[in-house]
Amino acid sequence: MTTLLEMREITKVFPGVKALDRVSLTVEAGEIHAICGENGAGKSTLMKVLSGVYPHGTYDGEIIYDGAPLANRGIRDSEEKGIIIIHQELALIPLLSIAENLFMGNEVATNGVISWPLAMQKTGELLRQVGLNEPPGAIVGKLGVGKQQLIEIAKALSKNVRLLILDEPTAALQEADADRLLDLMLELKAQGVTQIIISHKLNEISRVADRITVIRDGTSVSTLSKAEISEDRIIRDMVGRDMAHRYPERSPHPGEMLFEVENWSCMHAEQAGRQMIKGVSLNVRKGEIVGIAGLMGAGRTEFAMSIFGRSYGKSHAGRVNMHGKPVDVSTVTKAIDAGISYVTEDRKALGLILEEPILKNISLANLFGIAKNSVLDKRREAQVAEGYRKQLAIRTPGVQQKVVNLSGGNQQKVVLSKWLFTDPALLILDEPTRGIDVGAKFEIYTIMKDLAEQGRGVLMISSEMPELLGMCDRIYVMNEGRIVGELSREEADQEKIMALIVKDNGKNGGKAKVA
Amino acid sequence: MADKQSSLGGHLRENGMLLALVAIVALFSILVGAQGKPMFLQAPNITNIFLQNGHVIILALGMLLIIVSGHIDLSVGSVAAFTGAVAAYLTVNLGLPFWLVIPLTLIVGGMIGAAQGYWVAFWRIPSFIVTLAGMMVFRGATMLLLGGQNIGPFPKAFQSMSSGFIPDLTGLTKPHGLTLIITALAIGVITWIGMRARARDAEFGITPEPTGLFWGRTALIAAATAFVGYQLASFRGLPNVLVVLTILIVLYAFFTENTVQGRRIYAVGGNEKAAKLSGIGTDRLVFFCFVNMGVLAALAGMMVTARLNSATPKAGTGFELDAIAAVFIGGASMTGGSGKIIGVVIGALIMGVMNMGMSILGIGIDYQQMIKGLVLLAAVIFDVYNKNK
Repeated sequence: MTTLLEMREITKVFPGVKALDRVSLTVEAGEIHAICGENGAGKSTLMKVLSGVYPHGTYDGEIIYDGAPLANRGIRDSEEKGIIIIHQELALIPLLSIAENLFMGNEVATNGVISWPLAMQKTGELLRQVGLNEPPGAIVGKLGVGKQQLIEIAKALSKNVRLLILDEPTAALQEADADRLLDLMLELKAQGVTQIIISHKLNEISRVADRITVIRDGTSVSTLSKAEISEDRIIRDMVGRDMAHRYPERSPHPGEMLFEVENWSCMHAEQAGRQMIKGVSLNVRKGEIVGIAGLMGAGRTEFAMSIFGRSYGKSHAGRVNMHGKPVDVSTVTKAIDAGISYVTEDRKALGLILEEPILKNISLANLFGIAKNSVLDKRREAQVAEGYRKQLAIRTPGVQQKVVNLSGGNQQKVVLSKWLFTDPALLILDEPTRGIDVGAKFEIYTIMKDLAEQGRGVLMISSEMPELLGMCDRIYVMNEGRIVGELSREEADQEKIMALIVKDNGKNGGKAKVA
Repeated sequence: MADKQSSLGGHLRENGMLLALVAIVALFSILVGAQGKPMFLQAPNITNIFLQNGHVIILALGMLLIIVSGHIDLSVGSVAAFTGAVAAYLTVNLGLPFWLVIPLTLIVGGMIGAAQGYWVAFWRIPSFIVTLAGMMVFRGATMLLLGGQNIGPFPKAFQSMSSGFIPDLTGLTKPHGLTLIITALAIGVITWIGMRARARDAEFGITPEPTGLFWGRTALIAAATAFVGYQLASFRGLPNVLVVLTILIVLYAFFTENTVQGRRIYAVGGNEKAAKLSGIGTDRLVFFCFVNMGVLAALAGMMVTARLNSATPKAGTGFELDAIAAVFIGGASMTGGSGKIIGVVIGALIMGVMNMGMSILGIGIDYQQMIKGLVLLAAVIFDVYNKNK
């Protein structure tokens, strides 16, 4: 067997973050190579280096492809050499037909005039190759995600693919579609197409992969051959690291029951019949910090937003109790009145008005708190903002500063101030330290600790396991819209959390099918 | 340091607008003088600027709310024409008294706004489409209601809405005593508000603009107000239109800057999703903005109809563009979320002064359109340039 690809000591640095630290990867011609790792471990970054999204020169290290050094200036370069990547978010244009999408940027044309009969004919052949039985003129947006995935592969085939990279190809697929896709991968392998698959799902990996490389914290930990593949080994390699950050000392004293969710369910907002949240029950006590662990797409954000005024999904069912009594959370205003706050994962798009000053952002969720008879008291508004600036140490020349000019950590403090001003009993924090540098993370943790000591409940969603383990009194593990386990602070560790997720994925054979 | 910049930047825009207005007035004064015509800034001209542009200011007030909330309303010209026709029909054909006609017409306007706002706010149909449709529908409805003819003339009471002047309660009449008193009061209030805002800036730790600049500007505004007031007093006094305008401007300035709902409209335009997740009923606010626009369009429609003393099928053509231009010249952001009432008023006045000045100079309507278009473009380029700097 010959080596098709060798990536040697790849290092990629973003401002403030080392995403990849001397990662090496060797892929043999004709194999299916799986890459595993936690969220943020650097899998996607590595693939972006390979496919030219990050051009040569923006990273350190060396890529040998097909016996020669590879120096991509862009995606076009790598595609010419037959390296095609299919991203997790599909890059198809929903309003165009299959044929139009397949040859997008690569049109079947002479002198700029497209030959549609030829394009249709070629499309038909490619669709047969991937086993998709749809007319070439079908509109892509009307097909399911599974079929769209096949179209992406057909598109790759149209470009004479030699190395096909699939980034979590089955994440959005139902069981049957995922099966079909894996079969197709094996077929392509038989035709000699080398493939790299990024996946969390062990059952899939063991079905199609010849070898596995595990990446953790931006370094490659190990490469295992098929014979060595075992659940335990992979889990250990994926999470086996020391705590990278420090956390404030806490001595938790959970009080009485504050927040209880019973059997909460909701459906996908657009895709009819797709249940996103499946009977979730959980609770938070006063003074307690509770975590929700899970991989991306586990439904944690969807759960939180559906609780918070039905901001996500439809056909909600289930009960929410605050202080032991049922509360109405059917609108955001009612949820706020019930004492619930939700700090969004995406603070720029969903949390802040970037072009407005700090003080106007802080007062936004509780304008009546600074108003008399609906007339704003701007002096009070400034005092409130000034108070939070001191309390949370928001680093800014003044509260008149536009939030767009603040760093990520300080922006997060503004969002927290906004919600603290509504005086919530429970704060749901969704990825509270995402995109924040290490020093500011500690400050955010300290704020969380203070909130718990004030007797508030904190429900923290995070994809960073060390952070959950370092901060939480209890951790729920969520997967595919269900709670698949609950761990106390004492029993929780990364292996156990990962094991709960991976085992749930493994036994998912049909059970995940939606009614 | 950064705060100082943002504070100056904020004031720069308004000061720049005011300066532009002054410069334009000065330019026309010189040009008109050079042609040997009577003084540009004489009492009848000043009175006419308000009489002839009152409707643009009124429409622009509503349009600002619409644009701040992230939408647009192209139908206001047609709606003004239609409501003007309704008012004419009620007054002339049915013989209703003006105190009944005015509220009825305002209600009709509000209902039209509600009908359009419903689709925009609750069905998420783009406002451009909904109001483009409204523009055609209500133009047609105007023609239908008028039967292709003009309706008029109106009783004196109705006409006085647009061409009347306040009575002189002091009995002085030449110059108009009450006008002088109101002018003096206005100068006092403007100065007081300015000083209070300045004191508050200092209290909030905003670096206030330089003292000289503040007093220079205040003196300029006071002098301009005194001059306009005296000119009006020496002519026929304060026009009713100006009284209505002043009340509306103060009301809307207060609403947008000092009330919960006003602030929320800016939040909707600034980041609708964040506003929604902060418990703000974004749909209802957008709906309200359209209802409000309908009511103001009806008011503008009645004013124009009263001034022309007849409702015509062609009335209100292009009003929407004047109002939108005034809002953007006044510094509102195209994507919503920012813009001030005072800017809009200055924007509308700039347009009004240019209209009048160019007409007096005898510049053809062809060139007038081109110049106005270029001024709009220049104002927005100035904004974008300032933002990127």
